[in-house]
Amino acid sequence: MPEHLPEHPDWLWRTPNPKRSYDVVIVGAGGHGLATAYYLARNHGVTNVAVLERGWLAGGNMARNTTIIRSNYLCEESAALYEHALKLWEGMPEELDYDFLFSQRGVLNLAHTLQDVREGTRRVNANRLGGVDAEWLDPDQVREFCPIVNTSPDVRHPVLGATLQRRAGIAKHDHVAWALARKADAYGVDLIQGCEVTGFLRDGDGDRVVGVQTSRGPIAAGTVALAAAGHTSVLAGMVGLRLPLQSHPLQALVSELLEPVHPTVVMSNHVHVYVSQAHKGELVMGAGVDAYNGYGQRGSFPMIEHQMAAALELFPIFARAHVLRTWGGIVDVTPDASPIIGPTPIGNLHLNCGWGTGGFKATPASGWVYAHSIATGAPHPLAEPFALERFTTGALIDEHGAAAVAH
Amino acid sequence: MLLIACPYCGERDETEFHYGGQAHVAYPADPEALSDAEWGEYLFVRANPKGPFAERWSHAAGCRRWFNMLRDTATHQILAVYPAGQPCPSAAQTGSVIA
Ligand SMILES: Cc1cc2nc3c(=O)[nH]c(=O)nc-3n(C[C@H](O)[C@H](O)[C@H](O)COP(=O)(O)OP(=O)(O)OC[C@H]3O[C@@H](n4cnc5c(N)ncnc54)[C@H](O)[C@@H]3O)c2cc1C
Ligand SMILES: [Zn+2]
Repeated sequence: MPEHLPEHPDWLWRTPNPKRSYDVVIVGAGGHGLATAYYLARNHGVTNVAVLERGWLAGGNMARNTTIIRSNYLCEESAALYEHALKLWEGMPEELDYDFLFSQRGVLNLAHTLQDVREGTRRVNANRLGGVDAEWLDPDQVREFCPIVNTSPDVRHPVLGATLQRRAGIAKHDHVAWALARKADAYGVDLIQGCEVTGFLRDGDGDRVVGVQTSRGPIAAGTVALAAAGHTSVLAGMVGLRLPLQSHPLQALVSELLEPVHPTVVMSNHVHVYVSQAHKGELVMGAGVDAYNGYGQRGSFPMIEHQMAAALELFPIFARAHVLRTWGGIVDVTPDASPIIGPTPIGNLHLNCGWGTGGFKATPASGWVYAHSIATGAPHPLAEPFALERFTTGALIDEHGAAAVAH
Repeated sequence: MLLIACPYCGERDETEFHYGGQAHVAYPADPEALSDAEWGEYLFVRANPKGPFAERWSHAAGCRRWFNMLRDTATHQILAVYPAGQPCPSAAQTGSVIA
């Protein structure tokens, strides 16, 4: 692992003015929009592409997430998609020729009740059958792997065991975005910041989109691909499309810088906190979404109180750590806690949303499969089960249990 | 922290309340007549506006009664609180535009 962070890369991409027309316009320059642009160029040779971002590049959830990467989901469809992502992560620093400090330090998902133990062991078995690495640890093994976890049986929610995925870990999110942006730019993709999509251009009948209206004028497009995370409902509303999405604030916080004390990522659904230690030394913590809908990019105080109480019970060693900073993002949550990827009932309009609290880990796979469906007009096999139709057919991919953050 | 005025108990912290999602979603009048798409819409699709939103809350740690609230999801400003069964206050009453 390198000692120092790479320098801030101002020079990594051009800042072009929008052209009048593109083959593909991607709305949202978060990780998913950038990865989609990158794979459109790399895998499909589609380079007449613009990524439009109303704020600054990767300043949405991409800059706000707690960077946990893992693929130990329960349902086959999700495990396959997230495992595809993890394999891509493993090769990406070399492929993108950019160090984003991908650290496979493992993820522990703690169990505190008999039901947690059953869920965890079931998921370990399901993962192994699906070719995803997974282990079950008893409390002594948890203590060995992460000595600062309080495994005493005398606490309110004793640790009864944990799942461990050793290949899981964290990465430096900003650098992931910059690395993808640099390569997409090198392929000729226009990354346009400060350009808000305010409407859609439709053809005569109105059943197809032919471009977008933006704060910098109209831009024609063969295909419009949404990658706008928490604001997808707002955009879809502009073409009268109602989606099974609810937007919620999700917040995180970091402590001051500390000596390396925390060797892995620890998540607990039951007491509801997750903690890792960033490369610089901050403890990075998060919890669940605020229960109510919201678009203000901040979370509520009760969530902070709740997660701090949980963190202190699990890690008594943190009692004197100071909170340095808290922030929130807006995540779009679906009824089955799984993403929606694919075409919409409106011609030329594609959808990639609903990643909720866990889409960072999917970034490369999300871009990979989305680029495939945009370029070929047919869903990638990994994305097929995640189509919008599942809310009509009832073939839901219910990942509430393994999503690891309550929504 | 939201300070929510329960219509029955008065102002309390948000931690006393439980959220119930969009208000005024009626059960289908003739369920047998619904197509799969209409059922999917009824079960899974709710409004998700950035702005005023009529939603259900229950005073879980108080009187345990359900009521409705009109809240701006972008600013978290509470525009109106009203008993379940009453219609959503109009734009004129709240001085805002309801999305
Ligand atoms: C606090 C927090 C912690 C998280 N922790 C994790 C984690 O540990 N692991 C994990 O896997 N996931 C995590 N996530 C989830 C993850 O961040 C998201 O699922 C993922 O970032 C979503 O994809 P994205 O990166 O493209 O979204 P974003 O980065 O949000 O990109 C969407 C972009 O669209 C832009 N946009 C919106 N509307 C318009 C418009 N009208 N015109 C132009 N542009 C527009 C936005 O400005 C934004 O930049 C976390 C999220 C939060 C908020
Ligand atoms: Zn009350």
